[in-house]
Formats: sequence, structure tokens, C-alpha cells
Amino acid sequence: MRITLKLFASLSGHLPPSARRNEAEVEVPDGASVQELLDRFKLSREQAHLVTRNGVFVPCSLRGEERLEPGDALAVWPPVAGG
Amino acid sequence: MAWTEKILRVNLSDKTCKEEPLNKEWAQQYLGQRGLATKYLVEEVDPKADPLGPDNKLIFATGPMTGTMASTGGRYSVITKSPLTHCVACSNSGGFIGQELKNAGWDMVIVEGEADSPLYLYIENERAELLPADEIWGTSVWHTDEWLHKRHQDPLLRIAAVGRSAEQGCLYSAVINDLHRAAGRSGVGTVMASKNLKAMAVRGTQGVGNIKDPKRFMQAVNTAKKVLADNAVTGQGLPTYGTQVLMNVINEIGALPTRNAREVQFEGANEISGEAMHEPRPSDGKPNLVTNAGCFACTIACGRISTVDKGHFSVKNKPEYWGASGGLEYEAAWALGTDTGVDDLDALTYANFICNEDGFDPISFGATVAAAMELYGRGVLTTEQTGTPFDFGSAEALVKAAEWVATGEGFGKELGLGSKRLCEKYGHPELSMTVKGQEFPAYDPRGIQGMGLTYATSNRGACHLRSYTVASEVLGIPEKTDPLTAEGKPALVKAFQDATAAVDSSGLCVFTTFAWTLEDIAPQIDAACEGEWTAARLLEMGERVWNLERRFNLAAGVSGKEDTLPKRLLDEPAATGPAKGLVSKLDEMLPEYYQLRGWSSDGEPTPETLQRLGL
Repeated sequence: MRITLKLFASLSGHLPPSARRNEAEVEVPDGASVQELLDRFKLSREQAHLVTRNGVFVPCSLRGEERLEPGDALAVWPPVAGG
Repeated sequence: MAWTEKILRVNLSDKTCKEEPLNKEWAQQYLGQRGLATKYLVEEVDPKADPLGPDNKLIFATGPMTGTMASTGGRYSVITKSPLTHCVACSNSGGFIGQELKNAGWDMVIVEGEADSPLYLYIENERAELLPADEIWGTSVWHTDEWLHKRHQDPLLRIAAVGRSAEQGCLYSAVINDLHRAAGRSGVGTVMASKNLKAMAVRGTQGVGNIKDPKRFMQAVNTAKKVLADNAVTGQGLPTYGTQVLMNVINEIGALPTRNAREVQFEGANEISGEAMHEPRPSDGKPNLVTNAGCFACTIACGRISTVDKGHFSVKNKPEYWGASGGLEYEAAWALGTDTGVDDLDALTYANFICNEDGFDPISFGATVAAAMELYGRGVLTTEQTGTPFDFGSAEALVKAAEWVATGEGFGKELGLGSKRLCEKYGHPELSMTVKGQEFPAYDPRGIQGMGLTYATSNRGACHLRSYTVASEVLGIPEKTDPLTAEGKPALVKAFQDATAAVDSSGLCVFTTFAWTLEDIAPQIDAACEGEWTAARLLEMGERVWNLERRFNLAAGVSGKEDTLPKRLLDEPAATGPAKGLVSKLDEMLPEYYQLRGWSSDGEPTPETLQRLGL
């Protein structure tokens, strides 16, 4: 299945060459977890500080069990803040 | 003791500058800056006073940490009664003039009366005098800054000034210091111009040496600096990407108010994001961002210094705008870009330069342009009235609007009224995205529920800096809460409001609280200041400040009925993203908030609450 992976701020270097600016369409096995995708793109727990799936926060504790679905958008940020 | 224990009282009507002792009893109750200056304002200004009349006062206030070695200890605030909201206004700024004032030997400057011709205030340590400003009246902040440096032949003179927008009566004009730092919100610059005071120029060489326990202070300061350096947000995230990194975050979670808050996600967000500011431009291969920058004593350095593409239409044949200057912060980029539907990074950067050059708040300006664009789209405003096609997404309209507000020309005069008055004038008050007359910033309360209560109850009208629950609801600081639920938010908002009021009274920057708690701040204040300052005492002081501000507003005629939100946020559900189908749940949160505050169901502090806080 295909999902959209969005890596922001200092993480954009982890995207595949096909990426346009901060996002890329990636093929993932059916039933893959959020954590499996993060591991595949070599995103450590410290780097993957803020993770959202379709805009909804995915806490660290649930990344292993939360399964991706076709068309999902997974977005990842390192520690950032603003205001 | 950290306080200099001296106040400079400047009477513009009499043209006098007098020294008086700081009220030390009040300093123990309100610490400094926001809290202490509000106490002086409450004691000295009739809440019903005309904000632009001679009876209003304008206070430039430092905190006890200002000018010290504490990280970010360079803050000052401008406190007055706001012409935009008629509430208490307190606008906080960094840069260097706050510490300069402290090093000149003053805790605060209270400006009263009204001059019969333009003046500027010159302070060199103990010496303070009012000098003619006729030559710089009618000129920009940037021109004024250059003129004063030349006039006094002192490159280290620190300057705060108002621009032409304030002179022309724009109700959201700022006081700009050090060229591009701003006491930005609520029209504090408009009050300064109404008094015929063009600028304050300060030179201080005395140092801030009156620390209670210098050795313990330096230990506390060094420990706290390490916390900032070791924290991933304050040590790496903010210096590298600045606040603008939030553009994609808030868009992704569906809480980015777009095109006057008609939508909650912007298709052009990435084009104007912090990431985009790092990307090389096709024209010259250089990125928008030149470097980051820090205010006095800051070890975070979140500030942005940017350039506009020389070939961009906004600066063509205008070499004066080809250099590097203050770049986009998140709130400014949102207001100038997302809220107007403009995804042209160069146009936003140029408009931001103009906001600095002539001193007006980019949040209120951008949100007012957005409201005007909606009025135009509905046919309420015509091209004849706006002077140019005024569609959402028009970078040309944004640029012209900025230039017109800067000088008060044409449609700029109406845009200078702010969104509330503009929409009321044209018969559509429901299109104004304001609370108590002030435009709300870059977080949609339908997608971040705590921010709805934050905006509704903010003592200076809609504002994110009075309780930044985004830290918890989105970023997980200090702990993650669900942005889509109302549960627990009244307590969260109250805690953030009280803690922020304490930080704003200290001379430190609120951005330290992405890493620090009051437990990190208290030892620094306690080592520097007379009295025992614990985290609990600071929090109680913050609550006292909050209630003091509230009482001023109530006496000014701004009642609990105005603790509400624009109808759009209460009635029109978000159409996309995680908040799809949701409106703000303010009605669920407000009664509980009043109860937690110890206020009546009308939003008035009860006698028991006032007594508990020593009010």
C-alpha cells in the first residue's frame, strides 16, 4: 500500500530521493506499524519527537501497535516549538 | 536586590523628568515589569480614561532579571490602557533597550500628560531630558533610529520609537526597539504617538550590580543555562528553525486559521514555512533566512534575519529593502500569509519589514486585511474603496495594504481601525476574528480547544502569549494533552496564565518555559532579589497579577460578557482535518474556569478571592 511520509525541519534528509520538499509517497507492506516505518527511515526516538497520523498525535507508547492504512499521511518532527 | 529602586517620571505636559523611589512594598507583591507596572497603572490611571488622552499613562518597565547575566534577561514591557481593546495593554519586547534602561539605573519610566509639540526622551544614566523631535515627526522608525544615532554620535545608543502608522492613528501600532524588536500588540505605540512622544533613546553604563547574593546567583544562572542548552527545543529546535517551524505542524493537525478563519488548513503552508525560509531561491541561490539572532543575554536565539529576493515585485527599484532585516516569526507569517491566503514568502517578508519600519502589529494588520478580503469577496467592499483588487491570495493587495497602513494613506486609514471596527463599519461584525477588539493569532480554537478559552479570557484581548496551551496540547510540554477535548483545559489555561504572568514580571523571556519551569526560575530570582522567592510564591504572584488586570478591565467597562469568541468559531464546524465537525467548546470550559479562578458566574473575582490574593 502507499502512504505519504512527511519529514520536517532537520529530518528532511531522511526522505527518499523521490521526495518533493518535505514529503514523499512511499510503498509500505500491508499492516505495517508506525514504528516500522520510522525504523525503515532511520528515525530514532529522539528524532521522531512529534509524530502525527492524519494530523492526530501518535504517542511513543502506541507507535508499535498503531497500523498504517492506505492513503495515510504520517508526519514527523524533531523537538520544535514556537509561539 | 536586582531592582535599581528608582523610577523616572516623565511629564510631557510640564516637560519635566523626575526621579522617585520604587515602591518596594509593591515590588514584593508584583516583582517587576508586567506585574509591578500594572500596579502603578491601576493606582494612577482612571480605568475609564480615554486611552488616547492626556490622562492615560505609558509605562516602560523592566524586571529584576533585566540586565543581569540570567539567560534571556533583556526583556521589558510597555504597559498602558489600550486604544484597541480599552483593556489593560502589556506588550513585551526583547532586543537590547530593556537592559540599557536598567544599566542606566532605572527600573521603569512612567510617561504622563501630553506634549504640545513632538519630543523624544533622552536618557544617559541619571541624566534624562526631553528634546525636540520636530525633525523626525512624520518619519519612520528606521529613519528615527538613524537620525538619533547621528544626532548623539553614539552607536551604542538604544532606541525605541513609533513610526508613521502610530502618528496617523492606526489603532494597533507598536513600539519598535532596536529596529526590529517590538512591543507589538494592543496599540501601545498609538498611545505613545498620541502623547507626541516620538522616541526614547537610552544609554546606560552603570551595570546591574545590586544582586542580593552574587555567588549563589551565578550558580543558579549557570545551572539554568545548562537546562536550556541541554533541552532539544531551546538548545536546537528554536535556534535552527525559529518559531516558524510551527507552520507545518499546526497545518497538519488542522488548527491553522485560513482566509479569515473560514478554513483550518492552508494548501500553501509549506511555501511560507520555516523549512521554506531555509531553501535556496531560484533567482540568486540564497535562502530567505540569513541567520538567527539573539536578544540581550539570550542563549536560545530564536530570532530570524532575512532578505527579500531583489527581483521580487515588492522591492524592485527599492535598494533600501535589499539588505537583511528582521524576518518572519510564526505569528507574523500566519497573519500576513495564511490568514490572507497569500503563499508568497517574499511578499510576506517585505510586509513584515514594513511593519517594523513603520511600527505596527503584523498579527492585527494581517487579520484585518483578511477580514477586508472577506468583505471584498462578498461584495461589501469594492475596488473603488480598497484602491486595488482585494481578493484572498493577492500578494499585491497585501503589499499595498502594508504600505498604506504605514503612512495612513487611502484604504490604509480604514485598515488601521483594526478588524472589529472595520467589520462593524461595513455592517458585518460577525466577520471580525477578534476578542475584546483584538485580533486572534495563529491557532484555531476548533482544533486546539484550550486556545479558545485562552483567547476568550485573555486580559489584553485575544492573544496566544497569555496562556500558550499549544505547548501542552500540541507539543507535549510539559505533558501532552488532547487538543480536541475540553476536559481539563480550564485548569490548564489557569495554570499557564498564572505562570506566564510571573515570568512576564521577571525580565525573562517566556520562551525559556519550553525548558524551564518556575522551579528553574525561582532560584535565580531568589538569589538576586530581596525576599524569599519560591516557585509557589511566583505562581501566587502571577495569579495576583491576573486578577489585578481583570479588575482594571471590569472597571473600564469590559465585563465577563466579552469572554467569548467570534460566532464563526462557535457555530461553523471545521471542515477538514482531525477537528472536522468540531466547533469551540467554550461554553463547556468557561463556567469551570470561573469557578477555578474563584470568580462569580459573571466573571467577577469574589471578595474571598480578592482577600486571599491581598487585593
